Amino acid sequence: MTKLIVLIVIILGVIAVAQLVRMYELSSKLRNRREEDIPNRDNRLNATLLLVFMLAFFASVLYLFVEYGFTGRGEAASVHGKGTDWLMDLNLWIIIAVFFLTNALLFGFAFKYVRKPGVKAYWFPHDNRLELVWTVVPAIVLAVIIILGLRSWNEQTDNASKEAIRIELFSKQFDWTVRMSGDDNTLGYFDYKLTNENNPMALLTTKTIQDAIDSMENSSTGIRALEAKLNNPKLIFVPEDHDLMVKDLARKERMVRMLYQMKARHNSAMDARAMDDIVFNANDTLFLCKDQDYEFNFRSKDVIHSAYFPHFRAQMNTVPGQTTRFKFTPSITTSEMREKMHNPKFNYVLMCNKICGSSHYKMKLMVVVLDKPAYKKWYKKVSKLDPKAAADCKTFRNIYPVGKPKAAPADSTAVAQDTVPAVM
Amino acid sequence: MAAHEAHAHHDAHGHHHHEEGFISKYIFSQDHKMIGKQFLMTAVFMGVVAMLLSILFRIQLAWPGEESDFLSFFLGETWAPGGVMKESMYLGLVTIHGTIMVFFLLTGGLSGTFSNLLIPLQIGARDMASGFLNMLSYWMFLISSLIMLASLFIETGPASSGWTIYPPLSALPQAIEGSGLGMTMWLVSMTIFIASSLLGSLNYIVTIFNLRTKGMKMTRLPLTIWAFFITAILGVLSFPVLLSAALLLMMDRLAGTSFYLSDIIVGSEMLENHGGSPLLYQHLFWFLGHPEVYIVLLPALGLTSEIISTNSRKPIFGYRAMIGSILAIGFLSFIVWGHHMFITGMNPFIGSVFVFTTLLIAIPSAVKVFNYITTIWRGSNIYTPAMLFSVGLVSTFITGGVTGIILADSALDIAVHDTYFVVAHFHIVMGMSAVFGMFAGVYHWFPKMYGRMLNTRLGYAHFWVTIVGAYGVFFPMHFVGLAGAPRRYYDYSVYGDFDKPTQDMIMDLNVIITVFAIIAAFGQLIFLFNFFYSIYRGPKAVQNPWRSNTLEWTTPVVHIHGNWPGAIPEVHRWPYDYSKPGAEEDFISQVVPLAEGEEGDH
Repeated sequence: MTKLIVLIVIILGVIAVAQLVRMYELSSKLRNRREEDIPNRDNRLNATLLLVFMLAFFASVLYLFVEYGFTGRGEAASVHGKGTDWLMDLNLWIIIAVFFLTNALLFGFAFKYVRKPGVKAYWFPHDNRLELVWTVVPAIVLAVIIILGLRSWNEQTDNASKEAIRIELFSKQFDWTVRMSGDDNTLGYFDYKLTNENNPMALLTTKTIQDAIDSMENSSTGIRALEAKLNNPKLIFVPEDHDLMVKDLARKERMVRMLYQMKARHNSAMDARAMDDIVFNANDTLFLCKDQDYEFNFRSKDVIHSAYFPHFRAQMNTVPGQTTRFKFTPSITTSEMREKMHNPKFNYVLMCNKICGSSHYKMKLMVVVLDKPAYKKWYKKVSKLDPKAAADCKTFRNIYPVGKPKAAPADSTAVAQDTVPAVM
Repeated sequence: MAAHEAHAHHDAHGHHHHEEGFISKYIFSQDHKMIGKQFLMTAVFMGVVAMLLSILFRIQLAWPGEESDFLSFFLGETWAPGGVMKESMYLGLVTIHGTIMVFFLLTGGLSGTFSNLLIPLQIGARDMASGFLNMLSYWMFLISSLIMLASLFIETGPASSGWTIYPPLSALPQAIEGSGLGMTMWLVSMTIFIASSLLGSLNYIVTIFNLRTKGMKMTRLPLTIWAFFITAILGVLSFPVLLSAALLLMMDRLAGTSFYLSDIIVGSEMLENHGGSPLLYQHLFWFLGHPEVYIVLLPALGLTSEIISTNSRKPIFGYRAMIGSILAIGFLSFIVWGHHMFITGMNPFIGSVFVFTTLLIAIPSAVKVFNYITTIWRGSNIYTPAMLFSVGLVSTFITGGVTGIILADSALDIAVHDTYFVVAHFHIVMGMSAVFGMFAGVYHWFPKMYGRMLNTRLGYAHFWVTIVGAYGVFFPMHFVGLAGAPRRYYDYSVYGDFDKPTQDMIMDLNVIITVFAIIAAFGQLIFLFNFFYSIYRGPKAVQNPWRSNTLEWTTPVVHIHGNWPGAIPEVHRWPYDYSKPGAEEDFISQVVPLAEGEEGDH
């Protein structure tokens, strides 16, 4: 019923406007005015409106800048971010100047040079000098912008320092998981085929390979079970289901062959790299230390996500099948930032910034930057290699249900001592 | 003798004209003027749909989670249970809005309408090189439009991974519902669209090369034709790459290949695909995607060059520089695609090369802007609605263009990539500019298309509501983006969890934006009314209403097959002899021979 009324109102509205237009046309006809002849009054009115529009537009732009500023997200909280903000401000000043200047020229001339009876337009088809000026001047300004931009870009994307703590950020629909590299500051290897509920980040150790093979072969949906089902003469399947099971079986057989290859090639000396990694649960807050370099390694389990730290001016996509990297150094702790923002509830955040599914907008991770002593205290709690450590200890050795792991080989320990995180 | 021949010719055409039945005249027409109108009608319809979709999701963004009768009216219980839009439908609407606007309105609609209408008329040809291919081009466009629209009505919803449809999201129906049948329809539709676009573009290129009338040198072509010409070349070189990207994606979806997929576990299903790269898709996509921006923009710039020159009663300033900048923009547009991929994991060194090439584009763009401004300077400007939209275009081209400098600078792009800053940038520089160019073209060439005039005062109302509304929508978005708000978020209340003041700011701005969007949408009703009313009831047009120089205004008002009743006119001068010193009138048509001692081209 409402839809019908809406429809009727729309139709009546259209008819009303049509009648008005008809009246306008008849009156034009009476005054013998043709549609393409723009009366001077209309022409001047529009020229004036262009100028008025420009003034109103400029005023609203200024209002928006005063009200919301360039930095709606607050001061940059990372070392390189301060440089980014400086460069951003410089660029913004340049483009704001160009914006006001050229728009003023455009609307100003449009207003000033409205048709006036008896004044002919000025014949001015080209002028090489002028054209040279507005080719060369933008080129020079752009050269400056390019040089400054590339210098900053090279610094930001350069390799991380040796002291930088390696952290992996693992993304999946719709959460983030943190893995820290632990005492040896080396992230353990991984292979997505090893993923299971105890090993969500698919770390590669002798035991995890064996477990993956076992689960592929012997779990309730594993190869043995499937074969048994398919060969059971007492079971009758819908043909579609049967096809699906055959397909699934073939896939699992191929996967398990790859797992056996992996097992054969695996060097158990590498296990130690993974054992001291600190693996958090999905959505566990990321803790960082002020003035400490970090190298983030990004991984994705399913689709492309983007790790976006707006306050640290950092962003990098996470790509399935590929590890991407980004580094930064937090320079303001969370509590310092809360004071600066006059907001005691403020928190740093890591957001997903690449469309990744229907709950994309909810995919975020809280980030806390601590000062050195607080960070040390926190790190001590989560990083114990002792199997009897407290419950908040998250080293892979302690959380993965496993027998006694092999001792780390001598050479690996040597590397580890070189790269002990600076906070220790 | 010549006169007699011309007369005979006229008769032959007149005869042919009468024979045309309804079907061959209106449906399977091979006449470029009719095909142009068909493109325009389809594009107007698609544009209205896409605009309506944007209003739907703007309502969600401004008042998230609130019940809306408007939403339930259009989306029903399936997509908006209780009047609150579903998350997956939000993404579907965003995706289809983008796709329709970029491809169907601004590529098919803009270039299809005006290339078809103006190329033969302005170069002095009786029709396109191949009328049949031209007809096929339209019909494929229509079919692809219908498939795209149909995908809005299927149970699993339309494609919903953004208009760029990045795999793996678009390849895996397990990851999002819209990647099922909806995505298949999207790919099929786009494949047909690409075929349509290629047929059209090849036709335009051949026509411009071969069918120019006597005296119509390349350096006497109106800038509209130059713009259509380069646009068509860009299309021919880049659309096939999108087709290859789409085909590979289709293979990944249907045939189990691994072009874009590697090491994926979706839900709890472990896929075998290994060795592919999602970055490959992005390279292929943006190899089209960036030239596409100029495929959208160049025709609009061409149309406004013509309109500004005509209505300022001045030659366009720096004709050769304008051609040069079109060529430069066209060339550069092929070597900048990586600026969409600075933070995708692409090698940073390659990124820095793209920074350089991208920022170079600012130079020819600046040349164009200053040339427009100089054309308006000391002109005798007449503000027809077309002229107002053209001035609006120059303004949006500046306003949207300058923010491109920040996005092209990889070091700064990191901070604003994929935020509303980007949304603001490309909607102003590409969306508003191209739409303004299209409106300008419709107002200017409506008498040529329908033999009647649009109502000028409704045109004024339309322009003022549109420019205020559109700037009101897209300018505040810069500030949403600078605050760090990612695009394609269903609900910004998530900011409340960590930064309440920023949430308040984003929400305030979102309400302002939505209100302006609704105003702007109502403004388009003025246009729609004016457009359809004037087709039937508008005052009859004269042959050359704007006192313009180009050849299309030498054809009779009533359309005839073959355009000119007699011989095709010969061209003697460039198209911009407005207010030439020594001339009596303030315009001299291209067909008028040079007077004795008169200096020719410039």
